[in-house]
Amino acid sequence: MTPAAYTATEGGALLVVAIVLPVIGMLAIFALGLRRAERIAYLVLPGGLLVALAIAADVARSGAAVTYVLGGWQPPLGIALRADGLSVTLMVLTAVVLCAVGLVARGSFSTPTDKAEARSPMVFWTLILGLWCALNTVFLGQDLFNLFVALELLTFSAVPLVCLDGRRETLQAALRYLLFALIGSVLYLMGAALLYGAYGTLDLAGLRLLARNDLATSVALGLMIAGLMAKAALFPLHLWLPPAHAGAPAAASAVLSALVVKAPFFIILRLWFDVAPQPANAMAAQMLAWLGIASILFCSVMALRQARLKLMIAYSTVAQLGYLFLMFPLAMASDAPTAWESVGWTGGVLQLVSHALAKASMFLAAGLIAEALGHDRIENLDGAMSVVPISVAAFGLAGLSLMGLPPSGGFVAKLMLLTAATETANWWIAAAILMGGILAASYVFRVLNRAMAAPSSNFACKASIPLYRELTVLGLAICAVVLGFVPLQPFAFLGIGRVGLP
Amino acid sequence: MISSTALYGLCAAGLVAIGLYGLVLHPTPLRKVIAFNLLGSGTFIFFGVAARRGAAAGLLADPVPQAMVITGIVVAFAATAVAVALLLRLAESGGSTLDPGAPDPQDDRPS
Amino acid sequence: MSLLPDFALVLFLLMAAVWTVAARDRRDSVIGFIVVGLLLSLAWIRLNSVDVALTEAAVGGGATGLLLLRACARLGPIETEGAHPQLPLRILTGVLCAVVAAALATIVLFPIEPAPTLAPAAAAHMSELGLGNPVTVVLLAYRAIDTLLEKVVLVLALIGVWALTPDLLWGGAPGSLRAQQSSGPLTFLAQVLPPVGIVIGVYLIWNGADRPGGTFQGGTVLAAMWLLVMMADLREPPEIRLHKLRQLVVFGPVVFLVAGFAGFWIANGFLSYPPDFAKPIIVLVEAALALSIAVILGMLVAGPAARAPR
Repeated sequence: MTPAAYTATEGGALLVVAIVLPVIGMLAIFALGLRRAERIAYLVLPGGLLVALAIAADVARSGAAVTYVLGGWQPPLGIALRADGLSVTLMVLTAVVLCAVGLVARGSFSTPTDKAEARSPMVFWTLILGLWCALNTVFLGQDLFNLFVALELLTFSAVPLVCLDGRRETLQAALRYLLFALIGSVLYLMGAALLYGAYGTLDLAGLRLLARNDLATSVALGLMIAGLMAKAALFPLHLWLPPAHAGAPAAASAVLSALVVKAPFFIILRLWFDVAPQPANAMAAQMLAWLGIASILFCSVMALRQARLKLMIAYSTVAQLGYLFLMFPLAMASDAPTAWESVGWTGGVLQLVSHALAKASMFLAAGLIAEALGHDRIENLDGAMSVVPISVAAFGLAGLSLMGLPPSGGFVAKLMLLTAATETANWWIAAAILMGGILAASYVFRVLNRAMAAPSSNFACKASIPLYRELTVLGLAICAVVLGFVPLQPFAFLGIGRVGLP
Repeated sequence: MISSTALYGLCAAGLVAIGLYGLVLHPTPLRKVIAFNLLGSGTFIFFGVAARRGAAAGLLADPVPQAMVITGIVVAFAATAVAVALLLRLAESGGSTLDPGAPDPQDDRPS
Repeated sequence: MSLLPDFALVLFLLMAAVWTVAARDRRDSVIGFIVVGLLLSLAWIRLNSVDVALTEAAVGGGATGLLLLRACARLGPIETEGAHPQLPLRILTGVLCAVVAAALATIVLFPIEPAPTLAPAAAAHMSELGLGNPVTVVLLAYRAIDTLLEKVVLVLALIGVWALTPDLLWGGAPGSLRAQQSSGPLTFLAQVLPPVGIVIGVYLIWNGADRPGGTFQGGTVLAAMWLLVMMADLREPPEIRLHKLRQLVVFGPVVFLVAGFAGFWIANGFLSYPPDFAKPIIVLVEAALALSIAVILGMLVAGPAARAPR
């Protein structure tokens, strides 16, 4: 019962480049100590975007997954990389968000001209590139241990970004984040050890063929998913996220909220739909959805109660992540032939993508607003509209996705989830989606209301923001809006490479 | 009679339980980090049991899980180093010492 | 063979682990942890995994133990003890841990027969590469990408530790590693041991291709010698802005990457080696990695910069 061998496809070497290119940039910045760390980053960022687009084009043209077998050693002994429709979608998303963040971060993380090297630019740019390598490995890796290494890369790149400014609260937030992430990793690794003991392989395709419905497999998958839940900040394991994402510099928060927490969720998707013996456990699916509902309701209310803009956005991240976990019972109950042809699955994935774009835009906008006003207290945001109108507009457009109002990717995603929930008679899920939308509208409009108010008499602008930074943020928000024009049905592209795994 | 691999498997389960307990309940970060290392060691032993049971083809143990453990040990060490550096910096920052070079973007004073 | 020694070992291990978690004083806890590390090395030998035993002794027990001991000394009495958790929470956590342990115990008591294994597959290709140590082959050939990425993890960890340097001190040297009271024996050891240690380290790396040993073990022994020299105050830790230091850190990963990309031309793709040259390439990569690991481990223990650059 050995799985068919992976055959390397023609453009497969590009997958290696996608993983290694950021590493080369990172090592170059570190070793050369060049006058300007950001210069190297600006070479790597567009390069990585091109690589991601090239792989996506390859997948779209051939209609099949792109595969590479590292060193020519076939799994399970060796490790394969594989880009299917879902992974290239997320790779392009990552590249777009990182390039935008790179542009906006130019204002905050340029090396001062009088220094050969400064701490925060060097750390920021090396870690952003490290993050990129980690994310691409998560999306491409086909081996559970390889994915463990990718998750560790992610943790080690993300945690220091949280405490980049060295304030005590951020140090505390970073330490808490690190401890949660480490618990998550160790539980994941424990599951991997049990699976290896039971099947002698950690290759995804191999496990899919072999997976039995027994105690070892259930415990292993349970441990792994629990660990990944801690990393993806699902209620009640979300406590680390708000201080960490709010404490990081805005450019880093954007990456953390938009991309980093999505990586563990992506691995949960892989485990659930590609490894777990089918049909999956209905009770576990319901439990994940219930925790998702709790995330949506509890953290939306928390977001509404925050005095700080960035903390509010961070709580909103946990709430929006909750929607992702609704897809498990919805995809199971659907009568579509495969999960990825179901409306619920597609809605979940679309939510992932549109939230990433919207939240990156929102955090960056919040960063620019805070730079311009010198603070981020929601109470005193008045006047923001007169200083950084484009950023406030971007905040509003991104808000559409969070609220689920048309036209926006978030609207289509939530509508799909809602449709799936009513079709499969999951009324609680439907109610939570509607309730979450109302709460999101309250917290977004609360901010917009203050930001659009006329400035008070003693209003002073702290810094002027270059136009290109504001336009980049607006661009991301517009991407999230444009996603609202996709048809309301499962996309064939996302299913490429998922039917009949090798 | 229990086999030696099962015995070490039980040892791993024990280490996991002890480590997890310490990690969740110890109030101080240093003790949490130590407990994390115990938890990690227990996890590695599970790989070791799989390796020992997989002895075949003239090899005394399956080399693949052994290699994974070696990678895991180094990663755990790196994690410990980062955690220790963080908690030391936190302890040194004492009350509300701000980094002299870092601006405070969330300034609390009304502007 | 009698299981009596194994029973005793497991019993001591669990007792040391309980001590590590239960000890009131954090220094006792660290010492308990070092004892656990030593016993674990023995356990790994009993599991026929000598390479892991060496790594555990060097990195898991040794380097981690040193790191934790330093942390204890630096924390002093000021570490604020948080409130101890309430009894209901303790019971709840205890029950949760017991359930996890019971599930794990059930799984190990009723394993799959016959045990699945990749040992035959791993052994089958070893002669192609001309190497004798299967673990080295897995680390540097079959699953080289994991090893490469894990080196990147180490570099990122170093950046993460350095990121904690206060801005004004950026580029400077980490604090002195000197032990509290300067001691004659330590200085003596630091003068005598390094040459011996370097020989052992090089031997482990060289030997790793065919017999137990390899990069990490060798690299850690090298790192330990360097740390010893720094602790005896014979050498100060270097400034973190030094180009030479930075280049040593990336040297191993860069050599690994170059060897990986060379595979596109001289073999069948990334990280594949031509059969005739596999062994020299792998030994070269291992040597380069060991050097970088020694520097990274040493600097990770030394911590962020604590003095302004000169």
